[in-house]
Amino acid sequence: MTTILTATKVTKRFGGLVAVNTVDFEIPEKAIVSMIGPNGAGKTTFFNCITGFGKCDEGEINFEGTPIQRLRPDQISRLGIARTYQNIRLFAEMSALENILVGQHIFLNSSWISAVIGTSKVHQEEKIALAEAQRLLDFVGLKGKGDQLARNLPYGAQRRLEIARALATKPKLLLLDEPSAGMNPRETEDLTAFIRRLRDELGITIFLIEHHMRVVMGISENITVLDYGEKIAEGTPAEIQSNPLVIEAYLGRGAATEGMASAQERHSTKTG
Amino acid sequence: MKKENFLWNVVKTGLIFGVITIFLCLVGMVEVFSKRDVVENVITLGQFVLLAAACASGFIASRGTVDPQGQSKPLPALAAGLVAGLVTGLLLELLVIGIGGSAEPALRKIFLNASPSLYQLLTFGKGSDTYWILPTVGAISGLIGAGYLLLPEIFRRPVNRAMLVVIFMALFSGIFRVVFINQGPGMEVVAKFLFGQTGLTVAGTLIFFFGVILIAIFWNYRGEQIQSGVARLPKSGQISLRVVTIALIAFVALGLPLASGPFIAQVIVTVALFILMGLGLNITLGFAGLLDLGFVAFYAIGAYTVGLLTSYGPFGLQHIPFWVAVPIAVLVAMGAGFLLGLPVLGVRGDYLAIATLGFGEIVRLLAGSDFLAPFFGGPQGIIGIQKPCLGTLGPFLKIDVPRVCNGVELGHPQDIYYLAVAAALLIAFVAWRLRESRLGRAWMAIREDEDVAEALGVNLIQTKLLAYMLGAAMAGLGGAIFATLIGSIFATSMQLIVSINVVSLIIVGGMGSIPGVIVGAIFLIGLPELLREVSEFRYLLYGMTLIIMMLAKPEGLWPSQATLRELHHTEVEASVEAQ
Repeated sequence: MTTILTATKVTKRFGGLVAVNTVDFEIPEKAIVSMIGPNGAGKTTFFNCITGFGKCDEGEINFEGTPIQRLRPDQISRLGIARTYQNIRLFAEMSALENILVGQHIFLNSSWISAVIGTSKVHQEEKIALAEAQRLLDFVGLKGKGDQLARNLPYGAQRRLEIARALATKPKLLLLDEPSAGMNPRETEDLTAFIRRLRDELGITIFLIEHHMRVVMGISENITVLDYGEKIAEGTPAEIQSNPLVIEAYLGRGAATEGMASAQERHSTKTG
Repeated sequence: MKKENFLWNVVKTGLIFGVITIFLCLVGMVEVFSKRDVVENVITLGQFVLLAAACASGFIASRGTVDPQGQSKPLPALAAGLVAGLVTGLLLELLVIGIGGSAEPALRKIFLNASPSLYQLLTFGKGSDTYWILPTVGAISGLIGAGYLLLPEIFRRPVNRAMLVVIFMALFSGIFRVVFINQGPGMEVVAKFLFGQTGLTVAGTLIFFFGVILIAIFWNYRGEQIQSGVARLPKSGQISLRVVTIALIAFVALGLPLASGPFIAQVIVTVALFILMGLGLNITLGFAGLLDLGFVAFYAIGAYTVGLLTSYGPFGLQHIPFWVAVPIAVLVAMGAGFLLGLPVLGVRGDYLAIATLGFGEIVRLLAGSDFLAPFFGGPQGIIGIQKPCLGTLGPFLKIDVPRVCNGVELGHPQDIYYLAVAAALLIAFVAWRLRESRLGRAWMAIREDEDVAEALGVNLIQTKLLAYMLGAAMAGLGGAIFATLIGSIFATSMQLIVSINVVSLIIVGGMGSIPGVIVGAIFLIGLPELLREVSEFRYLLYGMTLIIMMLAKPEGLWPSQATLRELHHTEVEASVEAQ
């Protein structure tokens, strides 16, 4: 199996704090991989390095053979990487349909002058884009909600709209940052099935940050564990579950953290 | 406990409005406004403002009686209105007592406007025995305000509209009168029946008030039927209906300057120029969310470019035809937008506002400076700017056109009117097309969340620069027309206040909304221009309007959402058809 993304010795510092420390990482094509770790372990920072939000200080990231660590976010997006956000970041004052149309930005190439003149090429292009946006809206189960402003949609629908917007960029690699946050057990189950569908039907490689252990263990083929910015483990769900280092990172440091972590664990098993 | 609170709130409302009325009296507004009538010989504009304040006091106080279900018991509501209005009246009465009946009131040493004539006005010309009048009038007005609250919704909107129409007609009765009288003897009778010298006649007031109410109630009951009837018409019928509407509007637009004379035409030209600037800033601020407080700079650059290229004065570089100079001015303004945009690309929010503010001031100061006076005329400005000439179009790129126009010269404000209105319509169309395009969506995405937009493949550099450039181009076009309208330009007319006006009209109209820009320009630029008598209070009223707008209707007079949804319904239908 070929790898779609290779990260070598990626390091990101914020002042004196090393948020991500010489992490090596690989994603096989058409795989579903996850990254887990306690809060503040550097997962989202690592995401940001890949998508160009915050450039990494050292190391190299290769996407299908192209080094992307120095590219701007819009250039990276054109290569085929899309993402969603931990705290949903939709274009709140735009309609659901418009949100998806912005996602299609890179595939529309009529200039503003032809848009003002209103050439038939522009009309054609807009018509196709609109049909595609409708199709994506249906695909994520938001049929008929296209006219609603993004901020007026219910929480679950906003999550799905964010995924639809990311899909509009026709990504080869989709990064999902805690997609199940704030979802109830049923919604979480639907989401897991949906993520599988993305891979199986559309052939998109999925890279997921998730706290929800049931989701992670259920769909990941490979899991990477970060702690204090360093990769402490990597392997299949079964391997990770039995890895002593991981158990220590989550459960093992002192009585107080143990109590909190196990409470968290209990909570997630209950809701999961 | 709760009862006491309520009573105190009612009294407080009365006191607040009492203080407002005293303030309006002491700044001299009531006195100046009293030179105009709302209803001739019955009520002056000044008195009307005071009554309106008492009514508002009653209305707001009685709102305290509304229960969570939105219902209100009549008696407590009326009582609250009465008390609040009474308090307002009493407070104003204190002012009357303070001024006193003497020829040189002691209060006048501090407040210049506490004059005997104000005393006359507030005592209705009756002198000292009338201390009961103001509180009584206040209480009755408060009752009316409370009664308005109790009106069922079906009547409230018609009454609203009717009041607005009456006030509007009264304010502009002088203009309407002249326009009607100009139409011939038949119309003169109508004009004199409806409009007096300084306000509406009694008959005119009644006709407008009840006419509007009747129409509004009729529309309430039959409006939907009529709309659905229109929708059921065959396609050809709908098209012909639309053609008739457009033809009617075009007829009015074309005939307006001829009917109304140069003054109105000039006011409309000013409004159109601000619409051009507003549409331009609406692209940078309304669409892309980039606050530009130095927007007047692009207006100035457009104006100076046309001035330098066409002037016959000492600073004219060339005498090329106006029609050739305009596109050049637009391009130069666009270039200036590019130059402004480059350094501030990474600057966000408040910092951007300050940076652009600096840009506006730099352009104004440079244009008026002694240092650059050999090029831009310094404080003397550029004079003798060419009027557009329709005859010079023959040899299109003739570089040096003669001073005397051989064809039709567009010399009067009425002529420029057509130019300015056509330009405003054209640019409104361009702005609308841009908004609906891929670029427009990218702008709005940047406004909403710049980082996310970039992650979706929007090139921030290109998109932001285009927003600055296209916005600047529109303002530059406005400046170019301004130059030829006035015939001379001075750096002093490119003040910061112009930029602030443009920002305000966008906010009042509705951020990001194209019709909002037009409504905002008419409301904030057109109305004050027409009401020259009250121009000393222009910025007082302006400020009050902005505060009230932000409190009552922060989304603007014509917000973009409504139109947005409408447009999208048609789009969705179209796409369903396509599938």
